Amino acid sequence: MTFTKVSVSALALMAVSATTAAARDEIRIVGSSTVFPYTQAVAEQFSNNTGAPSPIVESTGTGGGMQIFCGGIGESHPDITGASRAMKPSEFELCQQNGVTEVSEALIGFDGLSLAISRANDFAWDLSLAEIYLALAAQVPVDGEWADNPYTMWNEINPDLPAVEILAYGPPPTSGTRDAFVELAMHAGCEDLPFVQDGGFDGDWVGENCSRMRTDGPFVEAGENDNLIVQRLEADANALGIFGYSFLYENLDKLKGVMIDGIDPSIETIADKSYPVSRPLYFYVKNAHRGVIPNLNEFIEEYMSDDALASDGYLSERGLVALAEDRREALQEAVLNGTAMTAPE
Amino acid sequence: MTDITNAPGPRSPHRTTELIAGTLKRRHAKEARLKWIGLGAIGIAFTMLFILIASLVSSGWQAFAQTHISVAVYIDPQEVPAENLPRGGFDDVLAAAMAQMLPDADTDDRATMRSLNGILSNGAQFSLRDQVVANPDLIGQTVTIKVPVSDPFDQLNKGLIDRDTIEQNRRVTDREIAWFDTLKDQGAISKPFNWALFTNADSRFPELAGLKGALVGSFWVLSICFIISFPLGIGSAIYLEEFAPKNKLSDFIEVNINNLAAVPSVVFGLLALAVFIGWFGMPRSAPIVGGLTLALMTMPTIIIATRAALKAVPPSIREAALGVGASKQQVVFHHVLPLAMPGILTGTIIGLAQALGETAPLLLIGMNAFITSAASSPFDSATALPTQIFIWADSPERGFVSRTSAAILVLLGFLMLMNAVAIYLRQKFQRKW
Repeated sequence: MTFTKVSVSALALMAVSATTAAARDEIRIVGSSTVFPYTQAVAEQFSNNTGAPSPIVESTGTGGGMQIFCGGIGESHPDITGASRAMKPSEFELCQQNGVTEVSEALIGFDGLSLAISRANDFAWDLSLAEIYLALAAQVPVDGEWADNPYTMWNEINPDLPAVEILAYGPPPTSGTRDAFVELAMHAGCEDLPFVQDGGFDGDWVGENCSRMRTDGPFVEAGENDNLIVQRLEADANALGIFGYSFLYENLDKLKGVMIDGIDPSIETIADKSYPVSRPLYFYVKNAHRGVIPNLNEFIEEYMSDDALASDGYLSERGLVALAEDRREALQEAVLNGTAMTAPE
Repeated sequence: MTDITNAPGPRSPHRTTELIAGTLKRRHAKEARLKWIGLGAIGIAFTMLFILIASLVSSGWQAFAQTHISVAVYIDPQEVPAENLPRGGFDDVLAAAMAQMLPDADTDDRATMRSLNGILSNGAQFSLRDQVVANPDLIGQTVTIKVPVSDPFDQLNKGLIDRDTIEQNRRVTDREIAWFDTLKDQGAISKPFNWALFTNADSRFPELAGLKGALVGSFWVLSICFIISFPLGIGSAIYLEEFAPKNKLSDFIEVNINNLAAVPSVVFGLLALAVFIGWFGMPRSAPIVGGLTLALMTMPTIIIATRAALKAVPPSIREAALGVGASKQQVVFHHVLPLAMPGILTGTIIGLAQALGETAPLLLIGMNAFITSAASSPFDSATALPTQIFIWADSPERGFVSRTSAAILVLLGFLMLMNAVAIYLRQKFQRKW
């Protein structure tokens, strides 16, 4: 009876699948959604050039990627993880505990975090980091006291700014972009405040008190989808958006970057670090997997090649801000030789 | 004799008619109002559906055509030596061919040559390479190839880039627009149907990206889901309907199956992550895991539909079969199940259609990876249609905006097809008693 046959084969299939240890011939990559497009580009180029099976690239976020990456050694664990910040000591610890002892760190370039606004907005926006902090932080100094953020209009922060309501769309706390924004813009802006400078507060105090974004309306968490933020900015000419520079770069006809301390976000200003809100992008590779997983070494060579990483390479065309030449050469040598990273501080 | 009209007692028929006549207008008005509210509700539902489809079509229709360019390429033996294949300077050969079509381009300038190459899709050099590798005699000859143009020029050709914006603010420069117009005047540019949308797997480049990987992935996922959930679902339904004693335990099971049908799909995803991937050690991103997960989700739907279909078979058929000496198993397989099949199939197809559109559990088991080849077995990594839409919706390149809508339209097309099959089966095999 066909019915019985189908049932039996279904059970057989389940049994087989349960016992199959995934013998894989493709590279597996997890990690940051910011590094994802660059890794995708390298993976596709690599597969086209060599005819090898294309690596499987999964966007899990930096933190999620580290958890999976540090899960252990072996075919069921990924070979590479992308990160939009350096590995944290706790993650390094986790890796060590699970036997992932030899990891190479590769800094592939920089990504600018841009504040953008619709081109329909006529004002030439130029904010200082302190103004950004005052507009978006949960707690700010009010009359010499550290209190909940009272500002609702931009001109309350600086009379030169237009009298429009503060409204900014940004990434949620699970995003590496958010971590980077808090660290690079909010902490730096907080440190610039006269209240903090005169009060003699140290870095720990800043980390503790200046990390929270306000939750009373002006800052809206718009989810991980940056295209959605772009659409919302088009719909509301007075809203600001916070996202990676590559999204601004692709949408320059609709959006303009908000200058920070008089500097416009662009490939040049991010590369020479004059634009203050830029972050390094990394990938991490398990040295124990090299030579075991087929093609892993060749893939790393492709990632480290001048074609990919140089300032006129194909990753730059996607918005990655390349490293200076001497730094790139040092990096290529270290990564290709499999120099293991030491514990981060 | 009593005066009827004055007597207390039962109301006169005449008065009742009057009473009815008095409220009749109000009741008719109420009826009309109900009718209009109902019509209004349908109107709103249809307007919503229309807006959804219209917005998808208006942003997605452009993705069904792709701008191509025909280039006559001289395969220079100096750039592409036969002994070096498959490696060779195919991009240089292409840039030279482009320069020939655009006489005003400065061929000595590296940046100019790069932007000439930028008109062509990145895939052009690889498709040329594959042609030459397949037929090395082409070296030294001139071949005409038709390749996609890169995304910014596709957008330009489709009128999605406003030529009046300031040069710095658009992805193509004035010079590139002039080149493109020259090529268009030469008749090299065409805009055929975008078959690549169905024959290519995913790509970083919108002009090369297609749904093949997602379609194949969805096929594997649904096959596994069907193979597991269909027999298990029917088996449970037959037991519960035909054999199970009516007691507290079977009531308890029934309530829980109904509850299971209402569990949010993301919970099944977490379960699959913990059990199938974590405990059984199955591969991440594999359709086998996706299929098993969705089978858990589809099974309650199938059980409920099958039980309803079995219930609808009149008891007289069972009794007649039992009466002529058939065993219970024979009654079920020879009489009840065939008669219930149309209902079962309808329920199954609707359950599978639900599974086809399911995204959340697939995201949790990693079926949203970037994979540039289609899976050849359920154990390979793959994406599915909804997760492919998820990936494209999050991509910065402009070309993916219309491709996302196009992919949604393809998904909706498949859902409608499956529902149409369900309706057809029901109409064709339905029996009236």
